[in-house]
Amino acid sequence: MNRINKKLQEDKKLLSIYFTAGYPNLNDTSVIITELEKNGVDMIEIGLPFSDPLADGPTIQASSAQALQNGMSTEVLFQQLANIRESVEIPLIIMGYFNPMMQFGVENFCQKCQEVGVDGLIIPDLPLEIYESEYKELFEKYDLKNIFLITPQTSEERILKIDAISDSFIYLVSSSSVTGNQSGFNEIQENYFERIASLKLKNPQIIGFGISDKTTFQQATKHQKGAIIGSDFIKFIKNNPVESIKHYINNLL
Amino acid sequence: MNYQVDEKGFYGDFGGAFIPEMLYPNIEELRLNYLKITAEPSFKKEFMDLLVDYVGRPTPLYFAKRLSEKYKTKIYLKREDLCHTGAHKINNTIGQILIAKRLGKTRIIAETGAGQHGVATATVCALMGLECIIYMGEVDIKRQAPNVARMKMLGAEVRPATSGSKTLKDATNEAIRDWINNPENTYYIIGSVVGPHPYPDMVARFQAVISEEIKAQLEEKEGTEFPDYVIACVGGGSNAAGAFYHFLEDEKVQLIAVEAAGKGVDSGESAATSILGKIGIIHGSKTLLMQSSDGQITEPYSISAGLDYPGVGPLHSHLHQTNRAEFIAITDDEAMQSGWEVSQTEGIIPAIETAHVFSVLDKKQFKPTDIVVINLSGRGDKDLSTYIDYFNLH
Repeated sequence: MNRINKKLQEDKKLLSIYFTAGYPNLNDTSVIITELEKNGVDMIEIGLPFSDPLADGPTIQASSAQALQNGMSTEVLFQQLANIRESVEIPLIIMGYFNPMMQFGVENFCQKCQEVGVDGLIIPDLPLEIYESEYKELFEKYDLKNIFLITPQTSEERILKIDAISDSFIYLVSSSSVTGNQSGFNEIQENYFERIASLKLKNPQIIGFGISDKTTFQQATKHQKGAIIGSDFIKFIKNNPVESIKHYINNLL
Repeated sequence: MNYQVDEKGFYGDFGGAFIPEMLYPNIEELRLNYLKITAEPSFKKEFMDLLVDYVGRPTPLYFAKRLSEKYKTKIYLKREDLCHTGAHKINNTIGQILIAKRLGKTRIIAETGAGQHGVATATVCALMGLECIIYMGEVDIKRQAPNVARMKMLGAEVRPATSGSKTLKDATNEAIRDWINNPENTYYIIGSVVGPHPYPDMVARFQAVISEEIKAQLEEKEGTEFPDYVIACVGGGSNAAGAFYHFLEDEKVQLIAVEAAGKGVDSGESAATSILGKIGIIHGSKTLLMQSSDGQITEPYSISAGLDYPGVGPLHSHLHQTNRAEFIAITDDEAMQSGWEVSQTEGIIPAIETAHVFSVLDKKQFKPTDIVVINLSGRGDKDLSTYIDYFNLH
């Protein structure tokens, strides 16, 4: 069974961490993954940096730009992940924009993902319709789960369509915003989380955007299966050594 | 051959809507409504009335006698430079703001490079009394000060894009992020035939008034609706899309798209996307795109701020791939010399973007009987400081 799906079966709320590959230093990727697993994180999104990340706020824009400047590329990321499965079991998801994957060759990319042990992909700018008609078979061939986003504006009809085509979890974007734009949830958002939970979708949901501490993690996981921290972790790792990831995670759990 | 967009938003291999889910409701709302709205008689009337009384259409199709003598062919200039605000850009902003109003939107955002689209957007926002926010790269704000001042005077807020290379593509990214953050009350007026479907088709339709007028005017002057050549410059490609639109299916009309070669196609400082680009995705559209082998979008260069877009509209990628249009790249120096020549020969100072088009007259051999229509997309007032520096006119 795919590691993501296995993890989703565990009877606990899941903490997922996003970080930008190659940031703050080019070769931090595998150390960060190892530290995150060791300290109780359940799932990891590895950000493949892109020059024009149009769904991201300033924090991830800056980390992406720095990572590219450090020399990160699709090729380098796969090299860094080549032996990762010798040391970790944690589900790994690559999150990135579609253009670099296209240039690498989508099939080539999928094949590499399977080879190094990546379990899923989040591609914000690959829309459902095009995935379904052109890439679904390919992703399935290499046992990659494609994870879709839903937002407060997503219609129920479309949510059901996304649920039908998904086979792991749905990434629930907490608010209408780019990443790293807010902290704390208001009543409108809590009602939205509850509304989605009441749809009884076949795929569990994991909430992203706006989670930065224990309180927001608990709010986000009240009705949903888990939550993702991205921008806040990037800010932390920018200013702290990798060894202190332990304290960061301890403060969350 | 069909050059219209298909129902999924593609021109052959190019186009589509590669957008994050956060934008889906807005793009879908637009996709479902733009043809319906623009077909309404009340829309058509309001659009046409504004084009006539406010923009000053139809713009003249002027027989350029001295240029024609020099190049021994019949050269007509489509005078988009005489549009209110000084370029063709306003044809599109009038159309889109009328759509925004009918969709009940109250806040307008736009990106701008040289500032022409920003000015055209600020103008129609003032006209309609709508809030207007223009994203402009920090670098462009510095090099296009007069247009920044015009936008401010028209009541727009100009927000600097400080990410990436701080130019047009980054201003576009910022505008898209703004739309993600403000999905309910905001409408995004894209300035060229770029971005996710339906923008390329919608903008082309609004600019199509250019070729519609050319046909009628040529019929009157030459007794034929069809020129032998239509030539226009291409950054994103909106003025070319408009000038080509009604001739796309008439293969006897030869279309020439002029790109900016910058300091030379192989110099590393160029914006000739059709030569240097590979198929990729930029701003939600699959199209030819200047990028690294790893798929990172690279920064183009041209002396004209309106041509340095790293992509090209999907219609133009399709015209290039199918050889329906010939693509010619013109360097900074060639364009500047042409700008000088047109000023001295015809008494018209063209925008530097447009000046590129005239350099084609040196590169192609036209017959004396050929009718060559050049789309004079903008006037050169905004470029005076660049002309002054280049020709040392101090």
